[in-house]
Amino acid sequence: MTVVDWSRWQFALTAIYHWLFVPLTLGLSLIVAIMESLYLKSKSEKWLAATKFWMTLFGINFAIGVATGIILEFEFGTNWSNYSWFVGDIFGAPLAIEGLVAFFMESTFVAVMFFGWNKVSPRFHLAATWLTWLGASISALWILVANAWMQYPTGMEFDPAQMRNVMDNFWELFSGIAINKYMHAVFSGWALSGVFVIGVSAWFLLKKRNEGFAVRSIKVGGWLGLVGLLLTMWTGDGSAVEVTKHQPMKLAAMEGLYHGGYSQGIVAAGLVNPSKTWNNDEDEYLFDITVPYGLSILAKHNLNAYVPGISDIVNGIDVNENGDTINTVSYAERIRLGKLAHESLRAYDQARAAHDEAGMNKAVAELKENYQFFGYGYFDSVDEAIPPVGVTFYSFRIMVILGSYFLLYFLVALFAVYRKDWLQKQNWLQWIAIISVPFMWLCSEAGWCVAEVGRQPWTVQDLLPTKAAISEISSASVITTFWLFALIFTVLLVAEVSIMLRQISKYSKTNLEIDNAH
Amino acid sequence: MTLEYLQNYWWLLIAILGALLVFLLFVQGGQSMLLGTSPVRRDLIINSMGRKWELTFTTLVTFGGAFFASFPLFYSTSFGGAYWLWVLILFSFIVQAVSYEFRKKQGNVYGTKTYDIFLFINGCVGCILLGVAVAMFFFGAQFTVTRTNLLDSGSPVISQWVSSHGFEAIFNWRNLVLGFAVLFLARMQAAIYMMNNITDDPKFFANLKRKAFINGAVFVVFFLWFLGILLTAWGYTVIPDAFGTQTVEITPYKYFYNFCEVWQAGIMLLLGVALVLYGWARSCFAKKYTQGIWFTGSGTFLVVVSLFCVAGFNNTPFYPSLIDPASSLTIRNASSSEFTLTAMSYVSIVIPFVLAYIAYVWYSMDKKKLTPGELETTSHKY
Repeated sequence: MTVVDWSRWQFALTAIYHWLFVPLTLGLSLIVAIMESLYLKSKSEKWLAATKFWMTLFGINFAIGVATGIILEFEFGTNWSNYSWFVGDIFGAPLAIEGLVAFFMESTFVAVMFFGWNKVSPRFHLAATWLTWLGASISALWILVANAWMQYPTGMEFDPAQMRNVMDNFWELFSGIAINKYMHAVFSGWALSGVFVIGVSAWFLLKKRNEGFAVRSIKVGGWLGLVGLLLTMWTGDGSAVEVTKHQPMKLAAMEGLYHGGYSQGIVAAGLVNPSKTWNNDEDEYLFDITVPYGLSILAKHNLNAYVPGISDIVNGIDVNENGDTINTVSYAERIRLGKLAHESLRAYDQARAAHDEAGMNKAVAELKENYQFFGYGYFDSVDEAIPPVGVTFYSFRIMVILGSYFLLYFLVALFAVYRKDWLQKQNWLQWIAIISVPFMWLCSEAGWCVAEVGRQPWTVQDLLPTKAAISEISSASVITTFWLFALIFTVLLVAEVSIMLRQISKYSKTNLEIDNAH
Repeated sequence: MTLEYLQNYWWLLIAILGALLVFLLFVQGGQSMLLGTSPVRRDLIINSMGRKWELTFTTLVTFGGAFFASFPLFYSTSFGGAYWLWVLILFSFIVQAVSYEFRKKQGNVYGTKTYDIFLFINGCVGCILLGVAVAMFFFGAQFTVTRTNLLDSGSPVISQWVSSHGFEAIFNWRNLVLGFAVLFLARMQAAIYMMNNITDDPKFFANLKRKAFINGAVFVVFFLWFLGILLTAWGYTVIPDAFGTQTVEITPYKYFYNFCEVWQAGIMLLLGVALVLYGWARSCFAKKYTQGIWFTGSGTFLVVVSLFCVAGFNNTPFYPSLIDPASSLTIRNASSSEFTLTAMSYVSIVIPFVLAYIAYVWYSMDKKKLTPGELETTSHKY
């Protein structure tokens, strides 16, 4: 493996760990805020006990989320230094705003939330809890805006003198992709937290301790989770449409689709053929169960729409909205034009050194023409421009199948919890609720795999491939830090899970049923 | 607003964030005192520091983010170049973030002592290495920036650094002098902060006083040493030409001249030093004085702002390259575009509001001081 691979692995490792904790922060902070509001409204100590219990678990999770988050931010510099220069003028802004506007809010008020019970008024405390949630959610907004921008770079132009991109429209950062991505991620956090709360509460029911508390928590977690999941599905649908528009190659990889067509079906379950390439005649799948029309509906909300496959895109074939076959730019041509763009930039630089104004203008005009393919200029063959199909294909299926399962999960949980004294007796259902919890994390991480593996080989779509985005360091250094990070994250994760389990077990033995409301 | 104005404005904001960060490093200073103290005292120190650690951490994150947004060439060159320096700083902050929350929790697998050692490591390593990183603003590093590398498909990275990738900076004695100055400053401020934050424990108060005195004295030695090196050191002066390239000349006593020519920085330095010394001396020698942190804190703030000013203003490259002077980073050639700096400047309007709510929360939370008794009754403690 090269330094590019190791840098990618290190970033992936950090991101995967970070995303273990972030969705729980996003959802649990809301659940805690809702419960504290219910406490202030009802003045019932039982809501206070519930608030404090979930707040404790929130705190354990929060710290480790923060720790992995700072690494991600700094890794853009340490491991992706070329990227940081090439698009830092645009990409840096959301990161800075995240810190200033959101993270300060979150971290200032989280301290009040934990330590302020006897130091500030109940109303101020409640405000602090809501502000912690708000801070976390705004924080996610800026990070996802930044991420979406890499997948759909917009609002900028290339400055040949400085050899970097500069921003020319701030508001374009809030593209359809960005808004969809943000909502998809945040709502999935609500769903994940719903599953977490239901799972933990089911364990209380199984142990027959604090059953009233567990039922109350399942109601809050169940509703929030259901709403979150439905919204996640809705925005997921929106994401598919955006991806079709802006990253057709990613969509094709998600489907393992090489030769597209009209009324394209979707593979509900299947195995991709690992030896299939864009230019051989092998079958796409080893086996597949296909739902007719599925992909056309998903991608274009139209039963009969044409969806191109990987080979079609590489060969530059697509069909427009009127049903006419059109030629797009083939990948071989993109590579040629990309290299031309590099040549124009070199010519510009030489003209500039020679103070040759006319030469500079001519070179810039040529560069502008082909700049949209600048990143392809780094490739020597078309194969380099195709994302890994297997990982993208399977991750997408894991996400969708588990996501659908959890819709059922919430419906059953809510149905069961509102039947008086019924859920308390269904041990099998409680077990299912508990065992399902880790699968929600798998579902959530799989979603990120689709998004991030599917966009390869690009750090900035069409403009900067991963291999040109790196820092000039030895792979030995990155291998060392990769394993150090892997070790420390794992050590801390083990501690976190162990502490959570111990806290849950400890609270199951204390009485959370005190009620002073009457 | 012209581009130049915006570049100056953002350098000043970076200076302010950096200065706040150095002040807030008192949290790390407190952590560096953990080993060798009794368990009861340790709990007290950790719970006092623990209510502020997120603030320091967030300031570090924001400092990084703001630096990225306003001077991306620095982010690209320094972080990718001095790889090991930054990675070690990061490691120390990862282990810090969890340690407060995990140390006393049942089931934490590795035991309280391990987490306290993590905090101790972050306390020492974090301060020293951040000091080293800042010292490089004056004493430079061995790197080159060649933008045309971007067009070399085989080796497209524009910033190249010597192969020791940051270790050479860590083991440079001049950088370490500032590193240790920062460590002892943080320790002194931690003691003075706890004199303010913890009450009801006269014996500990006396102990903190002694700690403030000793650490303050060591700090003064290291700081004067650093100042001596700085004021006698040579530096680069950048002369930009009309074609966007720059000529770089060596100027003896560069930073001494900068303090004179950017006289506001000179005044801030003198005033800052006076405030730190006053806060320190009064905390050590007055009998029951607890407000010293405000003087040492604001003094520290002024000194750090003044150091950033002489590092970046007056045609001085804030990141000098020792092997290729023309590659040195200045606030002109490393900055973001006029558009981005303008957009970010609108965002910077929130800074006073952020500072205001932080101050309000600080006031509300510190109104009731921490007592040893509180740790036995409170529902959330570290």
